[in-house]
Amino acid sequence: MDRREFLRRVGGAGAALAAATALGLKLHDSRAGDRYFRDLATAESQTLRRFRVEPPAGAKTLGIAHGSDVEAMVRAAVGALGGMNAYIKPGDIVVLKPNVAFDRGPALGATTSPEVLGAVAKLVREAGARRILVADNPINQPEGCFHKTGIQAAAAAAGCELFMPSPDRFSEIAVGRFRTDQGALEGSRGLALDNWQFFYEPFRYATKVIGIAPCKDHNLCGASMTMKNWYGLLGGRRNQFHQQIHNIVSDFPLMMHPTMVILDATRILMRHGPTGGSLSDLKPGNTVVAGLDMVSVDSYGYTLFERRQPPPDYLAMAQERGLGSTDWQGSGPAELTV
Amino acid sequence: MRITRVRVIVQAVSIGLFLFFMFITSFSTLKGYPVSLFLEVDPLVAIATTIATHRVYQALVWSLVLILPTLLLGRFFCNWICPMGIILQFTGWLFNRRSDKDRLDSNRYRPFQQVKYYILVGILIAAAFGSLQNGLLDPIPTIYRSFTTSVLPTLDQATGTVYVRPHQHQYAWLAGGLFVFFLAMNLLIPRFFCRTLCPLGALLGWLSRFSLFRIHRNLDRCTDCDLCLRSCEGASDPHSALRQSECFVCFNCIEDCPEDALTYSFFPTGTGQVREPDLNRRRTVFAVVVGGLFAAFARGTGDTSSNFRRTCIRPPGSVAEPDFLERCIKCDQCIRVCPTNVLQPALYEAGLEGLWTPVMNMRMGYCELNCTLCGQVCPTGAIQKISIAQKRGEGEWAAVGPVVTGMAFYNRGRCLPWAMDTACVVCEEVCPVSPKAIFTREYRTTDRWGKELVLRRPYIDPELCIGCGICEHECPVVDDRAVYVTAVGESRSKDRSLLLNKPADAPRTSPPAGEPSAAPVQESRALVGFESLTDLVHGGGERA
Repeated sequence: MDRREFLRRVGGAGAALAAATALGLKLHDSRAGDRYFRDLATAESQTLRRFRVEPPAGAKTLGIAHGSDVEAMVRAAVGALGGMNAYIKPGDIVVLKPNVAFDRGPALGATTSPEVLGAVAKLVREAGARRILVADNPINQPEGCFHKTGIQAAAAAAGCELFMPSPDRFSEIAVGRFRTDQGALEGSRGLALDNWQFFYEPFRYATKVIGIAPCKDHNLCGASMTMKNWYGLLGGRRNQFHQQIHNIVSDFPLMMHPTMVILDATRILMRHGPTGGSLSDLKPGNTVVAGLDMVSVDSYGYTLFERRQPPPDYLAMAQERGLGSTDWQGSGPAELTV
Repeated sequence: MRITRVRVIVQAVSIGLFLFFMFITSFSTLKGYPVSLFLEVDPLVAIATTIATHRVYQALVWSLVLILPTLLLGRFFCNWICPMGIILQFTGWLFNRRSDKDRLDSNRYRPFQQVKYYILVGILIAAAFGSLQNGLLDPIPTIYRSFTTSVLPTLDQATGTVYVRPHQHQYAWLAGGLFVFFLAMNLLIPRFFCRTLCPLGALLGWLSRFSLFRIHRNLDRCTDCDLCLRSCEGASDPHSALRQSECFVCFNCIEDCPEDALTYSFFPTGTGQVREPDLNRRRTVFAVVVGGLFAAFARGTGDTSSNFRRTCIRPPGSVAEPDFLERCIKCDQCIRVCPTNVLQPALYEAGLEGLWTPVMNMRMGYCELNCTLCGQVCPTGAIQKISIAQKRGEGEWAAVGPVVTGMAFYNRGRCLPWAMDTACVVCEEVCPVSPKAIFTREYRTTDRWGKELVLRRPYIDPELCIGCGICEHECPVVDDRAVYVTAVGESRSKDRSLLLNKPADAPRTSPPAGEPSAAPVQESRALVGFESLTDLVHGGGERA
């Protein structure tokens, strides 16, 4: 072996040693178990933005429209809030969140009516929105749900983009935490929801959010309306939340600060909810409600069931937590017939 | 244009069509395409199911379009149409580069190629006893199954483009591993599967004895250089006496012959031909015995009768189990099209005979109420083409009642409201029938610290449960579900029924507890449409 060969081999071995050491140190995870197993919101956590907009002066915060023409009802209800132009500005990217939970025809009332979705999308488009995204994470198989509920066709007709809930579109968000202008986190976790998998992709782009929920019976929490509708954006093992159903439903106004919510009571699923399955489970509602406070909207919505039982606990719980008001009459709603 | 070039184009079209069908066999894209076409023209599927059931099911009669030309032209299917053959030839071409001398040796006829004929005989004999097993090795079901359970899910893992919610398949490694094994054996022995194992190839080879066209060697021109063996796909010995039953009619030998001594001609005379497969009569008798013994042993376990498994939950529209085993070819098209991933290839749920037949695994999916896609794509009628109205027992089917695939039961030792003083009833929430088959009774108690507790405990109404399994699928006790469906009560079989009276016998009213609008539930749902598959996919029914 000559000197040159010797130096070449020693140099090669030294470089390999150095590279292995550097790689090992770079990839080394120094976290101990006590940190690894804690589920903490950190500066890196995904958060939602607040999508709420100040209503124009003199506008109502709750608009109730009765009638048979869906678009007219939507226009009247939203009109009472000051009209869509007061909330959606040209260039906005708007997420519409219908309830598409089940693989059923629209007439069965288990899902948001495609006509209401279409009417809301039309108003949003007229107000100058650049993109309208429609998203939900159904319980049943998503393609079937979007198809058979008629939401897919209505969204396409209104020029909306449909977001299917594929796994890569979910991220963990820090529920109830919002980012300040400096990037720090403020706010606190919910009663049931802390950091949780969420259908985040559409909200990455969104500047405004509108929830559009059907008005329906629910087997465990009494009624499913605009608050419960946000459940449909959760991922992960969300069925565990039934163990604290009122806690989680009252968490939703903490989690999501929408621009507006619409209650689609064009028909009301009176029993065997939230799935229904028979036209005899329905009664005509002929009502569309628009509101800025989902607790108020649902407090009004519950009266449509004409039940003897008191309203679901989650409404009072949300009010106690300062997340809305159950006194829907107190806000001076506009009730119109069109 | 050279004839082999034409062949490659035909092969490209064929594999393209196969892949196209494979990809569109899904809820949104199925429309009315004949996605099971390759299975329907497979003569072995037609003949084996006909032996088992004594009739030719629907589109299987199209297999004549392959049988008739085979009688005329020989075993052309193997190297012109068969997607499995095309994939094996292509991967061999890609990965199995060898020297010319090696290739000449590897393409000579070998006696073990006769194995496939014994396999065919065994399969047909077992079919005669009602146990249809062609799907184990029949290349068309095998390639469909391999794509459904392995190739497409793998593609989805890599790209995320095949499913919205990823599909998974139990024991997928088994079907996938077998497919890889066939590909790998290709490197040791070219076209190992086609030459040695393929029962469809055996059938077509046997039919080739009648073919009027065949490869003819002009002895005046032939210099015995053996170059015709260089790319002989079937190992059919074109260099000496052609073995007609082994020839894939790929025309490579004609191409490779430097002396133009080989031609494909009508009724050639003069040269030696081996018209019939190289079969040994005593071994054939042994294959008959083995085929019979397979059926006898499989049924001797009681797996399809007294010892049937509770996990053998068949998709809606399935015929009774013995009939099912006469029809199912394990192609797994139903599994491919199933939108919820509930359909899974069985390992031993249906016994030895039922390997890779479809069963419902409610941990992985559930049966969608308004869906009968599995029956629409089934080429053999193991799952019948039923309408939504029929599945749900409505309209003209009201007197028959809904299709029941099984029955849900509670394991009260694991159910949260029953065992752990914890609210839940997700099962009731998702139960899709109306009125719900899962109902609750209020239970007032105190927890262990003396605090008052009101729980709702779930029960099954066996007259309403259809065994769809969404309760089991959504149960939060995820490892060993507190509510689970078993096969008993299935409506396809009187042997496995549970209740004496049908749901239609009992008029129902809603529970009055606290509900002001407790009007009797009427038959007011208007099911319209569903005349065609397209209607079904587009959610035609259930309009007011």
